[in-house]
Amino acid sequence: MRSWFNRLTNKEQPSVEPTQAKNTQGIYARFHIQYPGFELKVDLDLPGHGVTALFGHSGSGKTTCLRCIAGLEQADIGYLEVNGELWQDTQAGVFIPTHKRSLGYVFQEASLFPHLSVRGNLAYGRKRIDRTQRTSWDHILDLLGIGHLLDRMPDRLSGGERQRVGIARALVTNPRLLLMDEPLAALDLKRKGEILPYLERLNQELDIPVLYISHSPDEVARLADHVVLLDQGQVIAQGGLQETMARLDLPAVFTEHTGVVIEARVAEHDDEYHLTRLDFVGGSVLVTERPEPLGQRLRFRVDARDVSLSHHRVEGTSVMNILPVRIMDIATADTPAHVLVRLDVGGSIFIARITRRSCDQLGIAQGMDMWAQIKAVALLV
Amino acid sequence: MSFSLSRLCAALSLSLVACSALAEEVQIAVAANFTAPIKEIAAAFEKDTGHKVVASFGPTGGFYTQIKNGAPFEVFLSADDTTPGKLVTEGDAVKESRFTYAIGKLVLWSPTANYVDAKGEVLKKNQFKHLSVANPKTAPYGAAAVEVLEKLKLTEALKPKLVEGSNITQAYQFVATGNAELGFIALSQVYKDGKLTGGSAWMVPADLYEPIKQDAVILDKGKNNPAAKALVEYLKGDKAAAVIKAYGYDK
Amino acid sequence: MPLSDHDFSAIRLTLELASLTTVLLLIVGTPIAWWLARTRSRLKGLIGAVVALPLVLPPTVIGFYLLVVSGPHGPVGQITQSLGLGTLPFTFTGLVVASVFYSMPFVVQPLQNAFESIGDRPLEVAATLRANPWDCFFTVVLPMARPSFVTASILGFAHTVGEFGVVLMMGGSIPDKTRTVSVQIFDHVEAMEYAQAHWLAGGMVVFSFIVLLALYSSRRFKPGLA
Repeated sequence: MRSWFNRLTNKEQPSVEPTQAKNTQGIYARFHIQYPGFELKVDLDLPGHGVTALFGHSGSGKTTCLRCIAGLEQADIGYLEVNGELWQDTQAGVFIPTHKRSLGYVFQEASLFPHLSVRGNLAYGRKRIDRTQRTSWDHILDLLGIGHLLDRMPDRLSGGERQRVGIARALVTNPRLLLMDEPLAALDLKRKGEILPYLERLNQELDIPVLYISHSPDEVARLADHVVLLDQGQVIAQGGLQETMARLDLPAVFTEHTGVVIEARVAEHDDEYHLTRLDFVGGSVLVTERPEPLGQRLRFRVDARDVSLSHHRVEGTSVMNILPVRIMDIATADTPAHVLVRLDVGGSIFIARITRRSCDQLGIAQGMDMWAQIKAVALLV
Repeated sequence: MSFSLSRLCAALSLSLVACSALAEEVQIAVAANFTAPIKEIAAAFEKDTGHKVVASFGPTGGFYTQIKNGAPFEVFLSADDTTPGKLVTEGDAVKESRFTYAIGKLVLWSPTANYVDAKGEVLKKNQFKHLSVANPKTAPYGAAAVEVLEKLKLTEALKPKLVEGSNITQAYQFVATGNAELGFIALSQVYKDGKLTGGSAWMVPADLYEPIKQDAVILDKGKNNPAAKALVEYLKGDKAAAVIKAYGYDK
Repeated sequence: MPLSDHDFSAIRLTLELASLTTVLLLIVGTPIAWWLARTRSRLKGLIGAVVALPLVLPPTVIGFYLLVVSGPHGPVGQITQSLGLGTLPFTFTGLVVASVFYSMPFVVQPLQNAFESIGDRPLEVAATLRANPWDCFFTVVLPMARPSFVTASILGFAHTVGEFGVVLMMGGSIPDKTRTVSVQIFDHVEAMEYAQAHWLAGGMVVFSFIVLLALYSSRRFKPGLA
């Protein structure tokens, strides 16, 4: 027997009463499901608040995992507990059907009911929850900017509007868990840009744990607090966004996206050169002028490809952002020509992707102090 | 070698000529109710004369339409006497050849033994749910059945119990499957080798209905075919008469 | 108009038969279509084939077997008799039962197609919005499949009106009970009453044409989520 299975079977027997499992916060999910040619075997321990991104390539089992949590897919062996409520335990014979789970699900395509107006779609789920659970939907309509669409039929909405209605429809049921399966995947870049700010506001203003599937690193970096990396039906890594993204020991499939996400604050605007300084733990970077006010929190992402290393502070370069770093460790990359070098910048972690030849020629080793040139900073707004 | 081959060829061609001179083929259209007897008669006819009979079986009305539209039949054995009469007046048949080859007999029949008594009292007792008849407007046996009920003054009493088959075959089917307890059908449908094939029956007396004459006629297409003439003559003969009677027809 | 009382009674009877048959077919056919559209059972092929049989079988075959099976000696006949219901042939009820069977594919197949093209997604969406399966069927599936229900009803009705062989085989042509328009037309033609036959037959042609015209020119939209 595999260790995963042992852990499942050795777990203390949960009480049969579904709603009185462990009185804890958090989402515990264990699923084992087998299809011809595909096996999903996951063991997740996720925070009961904030946004958790399920990240991985297509076919990695993200959607199956989410469907298991929703009860749309019934795992052969499964255990699921959401903030103290037991939703599934195959051993105890517990399986709460989807329609009795307090969840919201946003599908890749908005999947609005074509025979109902926007109002009808929104009311569909809301009518079916307990009267005492119903709250005014005005706030959600405001958050998603769809108040003016209520009387439209779905075929008269744009793709972005439809998806916003889909999200609102899930939210007005006042769910205890929001599941989103690549809600932006079916949209073009412009529409994505149209919805992302709404999603960010949701996360800031509503206190619902969100599981968010994505295969876009930028989307994950921008929205998630917590990340689960999935590959071939297995969990490769899970943890806080910054730690997980800064790990070097991930399989090759993820290293093409290697980079770090840094939490920063707007520190200074330079009106002459139209630049903005962002401070983060251990340093600061200059970026082209930002509209955000001083003190505003921002996330930026630095791709490992955009970081180069030198022994001395390089003079006469056009690169603006040069930071003193200490080498933490070195790992192989997805090609034998490259290595990944993890850098400590006064407490924040950066990753540089350099050739193995340069690494040897410069004699880079753990503990060495060097300078890092940051060629590009991607702001996640 | 060449000698024997030429002799063989000569013998073959001689025999072919001989065959075609003696044995003609005749195409006939036969009313469905006469299928079984004509098969027996045709077999005997072919044996006795060397002619060959090619027979089609079907509804009289259908044959009428086909003949009017150029079907290749040479002799027509109808289920009634009006259709051959019509063909004669319309010039599609040889007038002198028309004759009654069989007279159909009406019978009140049930597949249940002893259900129908020999005098037809069962009709007056009226203890059944359905009495099957053929469509009186289109089928001669149906018209005869209605005539019988009229003469017995049972029309009003039995009208609610009548079920109509579109033809005499269907009227028989209703009874044979038990859906109607009894029905007026053609004797030939339940009669073979001079006796009932099963069930119980009342042979309806001939004075209760107009005779159901089945006429045969040589068609325009067959007027020059000696086999057609031979078949008609054969139908009038004793051998055919015996077969016809054995199947429950009068002659 | 040379139509007799018998002709009008045949028309009324036919409309009654077709209406009742259509209502029953929707009640019986909807669950069958639903099952056929959703099941993964190996019986699917078998049931689908049985439902489709009337499409290929000559009506006389169906009529003949119904006559035999539901007659006093047939298995169905034995059951109906033991229930004190008598036998089906020669009764209006019998025609309704036969028509339901005979017109079944015309109702089941459009519904099955509609249910199949609706797919799983709307049901899943409804489930995540707290709708139980019954609720979901009535509030999502039925409205989404509405055009197909209209199609199925029209086809079922029209096909029952046009049904001839089965009625002929097991109806017994009883006025006001089992003599429908198509049988009446047949009788008129057989009796060479062409004027009456023309009125009825022409009426059937016009009726069928209008039905099909309405069907084909109505806006057809494929069910699916927006």
